[in-house]
Amino acid sequence: MGERRLLSGNEAVALAAIKAGVRFFAGYPITPSTEIAEFMARELPKHGGLFLQMEDEIASVNAVIGARAAGTKAMTATSGPGFSLMQEGIGYACMAEIPCLVVNVQRGGPATGLPTKPAQGDVMQARWGTHGDHPAVVLYPEGVEESFYFTVKAINLSEYLRMPVILLTDEIVGHMREVIDVPEEVEVYSPKRRKKSKEEYLHYGDETNYGAEFAAFGEGYRIHISGLTHRPDGFPTNDPEVIAWKMERLRRKVYDNLAMFVGWDWEFSDIGSEVCLISYGSVARAAKEAKVIYEKEKNKPLGLLRFRVIWPFPERRLKELLRSALKVVVCEMNQGQLQGEIERAISPDIQVIPVNRVDGEMITPEDILSVL
Amino acid sequence: MKAEVLNYLRMDGRFPHILCPGCGIGTIMKQLVFAFSDLKLRNEDICVVSGIGCSSRIPGYLDCDTFHTLHGRALPAATGVKLARPDMEVIVIGGDGDILAIGLSHFIHAARRNIDLTCIIVNNFNYGMTGGQVSPTTPQGRLSLTTPYKNPEREFNIFELSKAAGAVFFARTTTYHTMHLRSMIKKAITKKGFSIVEVITQCPTFFGRVNRIGDGVAMLEYFKKKAVEIKTLKEGKTPEDKMVIGVLYETEANDFLKSYKEQTGIHLNGSGRRCELR
Repeated sequence: MGERRLLSGNEAVALAAIKAGVRFFAGYPITPSTEIAEFMARELPKHGGLFLQMEDEIASVNAVIGARAAGTKAMTATSGPGFSLMQEGIGYACMAEIPCLVVNVQRGGPATGLPTKPAQGDVMQARWGTHGDHPAVVLYPEGVEESFYFTVKAINLSEYLRMPVILLTDEIVGHMREVIDVPEEVEVYSPKRRKKSKEEYLHYGDETNYGAEFAAFGEGYRIHISGLTHRPDGFPTNDPEVIAWKMERLRRKVYDNLAMFVGWDWEFSDIGSEVCLISYGSVARAAKEAKVIYEKEKNKPLGLLRFRVIWPFPERRLKELLRSALKVVVCEMNQGQLQGEIERAISPDIQVIPVNRVDGEMITPEDILSVL
Repeated sequence: MKAEVLNYLRMDGRFPHILCPGCGIGTIMKQLVFAFSDLKLRNEDICVVSGIGCSSRIPGYLDCDTFHTLHGRALPAATGVKLARPDMEVIVIGGDGDILAIGLSHFIHAARRNIDLTCIIVNNFNYGMTGGQVSPTTPQGRLSLTTPYKNPEREFNIFELSKAAGAVFFARTTTYHTMHLRSMIKKAITKKGFSIVEVITQCPTFFGRVNRIGDGVAMLEYFKKKAVEIKTLKEGKTPEDKMVIGVLYETEANDFLKSYKEQTGIHLNGSGRRCELR
């Protein structure tokens, strides 16, 4: 039995994380994400979990990594400046293949920027923020209900792929309040592990089912976890063949599993129309409103596409999806970060019109209608 | 070496180690595994966490759970491990650069929180891994590759810093005093709360060579000459030009998990497996 609850996006994230099994949260206060930490501080202990406010975001992400390496599902939440500080740790979690959830409730940047105002300026940082090559999995909800379900999804994906997963939201999504149905239980990825002997066990040995069979500290496997490029047993190597294996393994985890994202990673309607609005996150709410107004006034359909998953970016499927469009309007609260990816993917014959705002105000339906 | 000590080393192809001839880190590793053996710790119950640097490579040779984390971040990572598995003996090992420069804020806060960790600071007065640059413990007036005209900065007083931050145990020892070193490590592991062992270590390849102190043996002899055990001090006074070793400070305070239980009334059992508050 579930219940109807009035929640903010941030509260929905925290509630979902607890339901999905998170029992360790380390974080540092930062607007507009702080409600997630406050919720966790209040609720986690009731579930046998621990909230810890660290000295900074660097400590937070590393404590999260440590807790998960020791077998407790863990997460942190932050905003732009803190997200920048966490990048090295996120890279470590990629390399050492430690699952964790990092939530970034975006605000205006760069630097201290606009702490209380929404932005979508971290779309590229979420993909390319760390040094070195690795794929990224980044989910972006448009409201409270999706904040809840995408948090569960992000944690499950992170456990399945054995890598950090980033949930991007923004100040609007984080602070908006909506009534949602909160289920009593959520579906949690909890693989059945085969018992292996210490001799048989390899920490990076499973080549297909990444998240299913890896052990934590304290289970008796005497594992070695390192941020150095390593062999299947976790020990560092300089052997080019082994390095290539490791890097390919990291890439393949996501790119061999792209089918996982199909069917839910975007939402679209009237996509055969000449013009298509593209958006994600809170901006999609304005795009949907613009579509309603446009169709009423012009009496013809307007295409709409909203990304739920930003990374991995569905380049090939996007080209196919937009094959009959003449014009796409890309609406984002940044200076065109995803626009470049879209232009790269679709036919060069399609005209791309950006609608950008970086003044701390949300994009309105009127902003979008004015370019149509 | 005794078989029960070899049991704590990964003997399946990890050796030879990467340390330079004459380096003191091997001595520390040896005394660490002897301490494990003396305390009869089970391999499965130990997690050794390190950051980046020469001494941070020690965990790779130890046959227990080992965690080679980012530069400076061993303490927050170890905090996560300890709080997820309070039943494990979590030991952090790192150099002066790792723990006292890039990781300093974590060091102070881990001490303040009084997380039940043992923190071994391998102080060789410079950054060895990157080739002998100045560190926060390089004495003023000493040479390094990044202070070629002598170090103008003052060095940290690690002891006063640790005490002020709230550590419950601070011991200093050197790689010359091997049995003393073992005893200090054992005391620190046994001590509940954030316990620190500062091990004065020779880096003949860089600090010793650049400052013309000599090779590893010469540096060890220097430690021998300089060190005086705190118990032998008359009226607690340090003779001039000497360095005090031994347990310099010890106090009692609730560790984090005990305070957590006292303050919140919640008994934390971490991941819920074998986690009982001791």
